[in-house]
Amino acid sequence: MTAQTLYDKLWSSHVVREEADGTVLLYIDRHLVHEVTSPQAFEGLKLAGRGLWRVDSVVSTADHNTPTDHWDEGIKDPISRQQVETLDANIKSFGALAYFPFKDKGQGIVHVMGPEQGATLPGMTVVCGDSHTSTHGAFGALAHGIGTSEVEHVMATQCLVAKKSKNMLVKVNGPLPAGITGKDVALAIIGKIGTAGGTGYAIEFGGEAIRSLSMEGRMTLCNMAIEAGARSGMVAVDEKTIDYVKGRPFAPTGAQWDAAVAYWNTLHSDEGAHFDAVVELDASDIKPQVTWGTSPEMVTDIDGIVPDPAAEADPVKKGSIERALAYMGLTANTPVKDIPVDIVFIGSCTNSRIEDLREAAAVARGRKKAASVKQVLVVPGSGLVKAQAEAEGLDKIFIEAGFEWREPGCSMCLAMNADRLQPGERCASTSNRNFEGRQGQGGRTHLVSPAMAAAAGVTGHFVDIRQL
Amino acid sequence: MKAFNKLDGLVCPLDRANVDTDAIIPKQFLKSIKRSGFGPNLFDEWRYLDHGEPGMDNSVRPLNPDFVLNFPRYAGAQVLLARENFGCGSSREHAPWALDDQGFRVVIAPSFADIFFNNCYKNGLLPIVQPAEVVDQLFRECEASEGYRLTVDLQAQTITTPSGQSFAFDITEHRKHCLLGGLDEIGLTLQHAEEIKSYEAARRQSQPWLFHQV
Repeated sequence: MTAQTLYDKLWSSHVVREEADGTVLLYIDRHLVHEVTSPQAFEGLKLAGRGLWRVDSVVSTADHNTPTDHWDEGIKDPISRQQVETLDANIKSFGALAYFPFKDKGQGIVHVMGPEQGATLPGMTVVCGDSHTSTHGAFGALAHGIGTSEVEHVMATQCLVAKKSKNMLVKVNGPLPAGITGKDVALAIIGKIGTAGGTGYAIEFGGEAIRSLSMEGRMTLCNMAIEAGARSGMVAVDEKTIDYVKGRPFAPTGAQWDAAVAYWNTLHSDEGAHFDAVVELDASDIKPQVTWGTSPEMVTDIDGIVPDPAAEADPVKKGSIERALAYMGLTANTPVKDIPVDIVFIGSCTNSRIEDLREAAAVARGRKKAASVKQVLVVPGSGLVKAQAEAEGLDKIFIEAGFEWREPGCSMCLAMNADRLQPGERCASTSNRNFEGRQGQGGRTHLVSPAMAAAAGVTGHFVDIRQL
Repeated sequence: MKAFNKLDGLVCPLDRANVDTDAIIPKQFLKSIKRSGFGPNLFDEWRYLDHGEPGMDNSVRPLNPDFVLNFPRYAGAQVLLARENFGCGSSREHAPWALDDQGFRVVIAPSFADIFFNNCYKNGLLPIVQPAEVVDQLFRECEASEGYRLTVDLQAQTITTPSGQSFAFDITEHRKHCLLGGLDEIGLTLQHAEEIKSYEAARRQSQPWLFHQV
């Protein structure tokens, strides 16, 4: 048998049927559902008189619209409230394996909730009407975002109509230097291959540096595969994967656990498997990353400077840099360390897990928010992360430093709730997208790791956390 | 789904790379629980000078005169000419819904983000990939000549310029079939329900831990 990549294995084990042109019906094991991209899908089912093909494949929570403070007052924005209540009603009438509604202790960002509940398992196909579904690939699963029509299609048929992507291996060689996180690795990769570098590919992340990442770090990395253009990113199963899954609510137990582990241990690329593209980086070259523009590929490191459009020959790229600098209110050749920030956001499906909060707290401990910084928001990824952080006393460290400790949700990553930047405000953010208007119209986003964000919060500008 | 066959449409050029779905339809409009009505908020932050929120009367909002969609010569455009990596970012299907609601039926670009590209087909919107030099030529011709139109023939898989120059484009047989017929993809898939059931039964045997009693 020919050597297969991890993606080949995951793909072929889920093909229900294949057409002559390569279009397949791909079976979906886990469907994560949130309030923003599901109402039209449920409505479509109702209009057609259809139900869920497999109720126990659906796990759901409300995350995008939920407020992160004053929970006792409910959701004040009536349109947001209607969307969340619509999800409540739809789950009540269609059913689900599990639902974590607003205020439930298991509620949280869908991509934090799935893994922590054991609802994401190695070898699964996982979909959600959300592009950051690539996160779940960290477990050796095939996971990607889908649109609402596909949400309805999976609800009604348990399948997706899909075509196979090409295989890309991104290998990060050598040990990860101290202070360098999954976020820095993700941004360095995007800086190298560009936001369209992975378009048409499924990316497997490998190499010593990736193996050394925790599951949280791998989730951060796979989360941002979509920012490199790849719908799915993945990491082979190893002991860390299996240790993370063990004992979680929807993980198998007893004899089924042993059978599952035996299967999961096959979920890696075979020796000699063919990749259509291979990209290699040396971990030792990666420094703390900071984006300067309005696309995640517009990134440099803490020792870098804001680029000069005059130095760019390609007119489309030159125009993009000029537009980005104008939007970001930045001058060419400014050192990154000289950029002051107004707001810090620590959270999002990229960086709101317990390890992220520990890294941020390690920087905040014994320090104070800089006077020039208006607000530092710390938004845990889920109710369970929040409880864990509080059990470890992290909340007290943040509050002591003058940071705000909030309730879980997507929050200022995309600013669908009340947490948003005002026009012109500059934010050090642990989220995933620095697009124009993403965190609030006119808001200016710099993507960084949790430790870098916390450091900006206590100094008022970007600093090298390795020297703090 | 709306069928797509042949279109002769006015072209609007959007000369920016990496246009993301947050730009196509900003997040505040995703709170809607409907599929329609997104057209007036397409490119909202570029199109208007004020901040848009759901429920506003868009007809009285100040338009940005420098944004191409507001140029009178492009009013009623059905073909959007774009640059590389169009539709990157979030999976929100509200992006193709907004383009469709505005009246666009075709988007031509050197490359598209995967999820957006796929979402277009589910809504009768045809995304067409052309080599960068062809897109450059179309931009030049479109900007040089007011009322510039393109004929897009899905059956023949061609784009034809006013001077009669034709460019071929690729599309999978499955997508072409669905678009031409305006077919309900769920209905098509359910024709294979027995195959899905038998796959599922085998999976339940081999990986029982993936199944739960509800």
